[in-house]
Amino acid sequence: MAGLEDLYREIILDHYRAPRNRGELPVPPASKVEGFNPLCGDEVVLYLDVDDGVVRDVRTSGQGCSISQASTSMMSAAVKGQPVEDARHLIRAFKSLMSIHESKLDGEVDGDGDAASALDGVELGDLEALQGVVKFPVRIKCATLAWNTLEEGLDESGAASA
Amino acid sequence: MTLDVARVQADFPILKRQVHGKRLVYLDSASSSQKPVAVLDAMDHLYRESYANVHRGVYLIAEEATAAYEGARARVARFLGAAVPSEIVFTRNVTEAINLVAYSWGRANLQTGDVVVLTQLEHHANVVPWHILAAERGIELRWVPLDEQYRLDTTGLDRLLDGAKLFAFSAASNVLGTINDVRALADAAHAHGALALVDAAQYAPHRRVDLAAWDADFVGVTGHKMLGPTGIGALWARPELLEAMPPFLGGGEMIRDVTQDGFTPNEVPWKFEAGTMPIAEAVGLAAAIDYLDALGMDAVAAHEIALTGYALAALEDRFGERLSIYGPQALDARGATISFLFEGIHAHDISQVVDEHGVCVRAGHHCAKPLMRVLGVPATTRASFYVYNDEADVDALVDALAAAERFFAS
Repeated sequence: MAGLEDLYREIILDHYRAPRNRGELPVPPASKVEGFNPLCGDEVVLYLDVDDGVVRDVRTSGQGCSISQASTSMMSAAVKGQPVEDARHLIRAFKSLMSIHESKLDGEVDGDGDAASALDGVELGDLEALQGVVKFPVRIKCATLAWNTLEEGLDESGAASA
Repeated sequence: MTLDVARVQADFPILKRQVHGKRLVYLDSASSSQKPVAVLDAMDHLYRESYANVHRGVYLIAEEATAAYEGARARVARFLGAAVPSEIVFTRNVTEAINLVAYSWGRANLQTGDVVVLTQLEHHANVVPWHILAAERGIELRWVPLDEQYRLDTTGLDRLLDGAKLFAFSAASNVLGTINDVRALADAAHAHGALALVDAAQYAPHRRVDLAAWDADFVGVTGHKMLGPTGIGALWARPELLEAMPPFLGGGEMIRDVTQDGFTPNEVPWKFEAGTMPIAEAVGLAAAIDYLDALGMDAVAAHEIALTGYALAALEDRFGERLSIYGPQALDARGATISFLFEGIHAHDISQVVDEHGVCVRAGHHCAKPLMRVLGVPATTRASFYVYNDEADVDALVDALAAAERFFAS
């Protein structure tokens, strides 16, 4: 049985208590994107400064549980200063880290193949601490909220600059 | 008469189980209650001995099933104080009961610009059906606000009800615990020529409903919150309203005749019961009502008031201002539902940690997002008590909350 320590790893609690990159950026030039989890009311607001194919700066605000807020903080630290392409790889890798369990729940036996390829060659670092969340299925949406919001933000800034 | 909680607990098989190696402490009855063995046995007996579809077969077990189903209707009628069983329409739950009123009475009686008055403490079940009707035909929704004690602020009620066709409100809040003065609100509606609809989902399990004393026009109750099974609830309405209302869902049972050109509806209440109804669930609900009546609704209420007082004091005692309660403090103005927030700890994290201690509480917006916006919080933790809870359960909650607080302390 999954225990609390699987979910609330020390590094997660650290990001929750001392979130990185909190704040706002002037819009424009930055873009602002909001994400909500209607199930629990969690809210993530991202300010993205994307220039020349690079995520120059990220700021976050919003409110929610420790998992959603820690995931937001870890995401902001992971993608800040990274090329948009790498950030997108990371989004895919993180989502497959989360969805390995979802696809097993759905009874798909071939779901792991896709997940493994998305994770291939991507350095998750601290983010791997969030893997314990998959043992608590109702909390997966908490962990993925920031990443879905980031994806939406990158899509929008990509469309704006195209 | 006082409640013998130890004897009550022995009637609920699920309370014998352990979770995470701890005694199960179930504090989420406002969401759905647990079931006594009498309810399980009644449904099991029907399925094993007398199950068939109702109102159709001319064989013995079909007659037995019909008698059990219609007997359940009479039992619900007697429990609520209805004059005759035909005033009771079986529905899935209060949500369906309110949707029935919105789609049937609402579509027949509400035009563009007509006003429906709601309150800020309503469950989505008594909000969204009216939003749908507002989008469909442009009715206006007005909202009765709350006062600083989380009760309805009725100072502007006459202005809100001016020109209204319907006042739809909860008898008790599923978030705040607030108990409303149904008779006074129904009287106010009637004084303005409006009908009164009462969502009694959070009231009927805990306090005696007396339809005659309430003098409302529509009342919805749900079985699964009052020790009964899921999938069965009831709408009570004034007979003349039920007679005049068009059918809700179309199908079998709700018709008197069908031709290629059309249909004529069945009599009330069957006019509103399309398709094969949840027969065993109705029988289970009747058994739940028998169980509650054997305990005595006055004893149930007294037990819950005492336990709520104990819980409010224990929470205040242990946590002081670090814990904020969203609901009335006065025990005569509230039920056994306590919503709260810890300073700096999200409701979901709280409920995750207390689960590790065997304590089941609800965290989230409780299907009352307009209310959560008024409160200015995204989510609360909610503990709710019922007939099988005792002071040991409150103590377990307080200890588990203290553990959660330690866990997240920075």
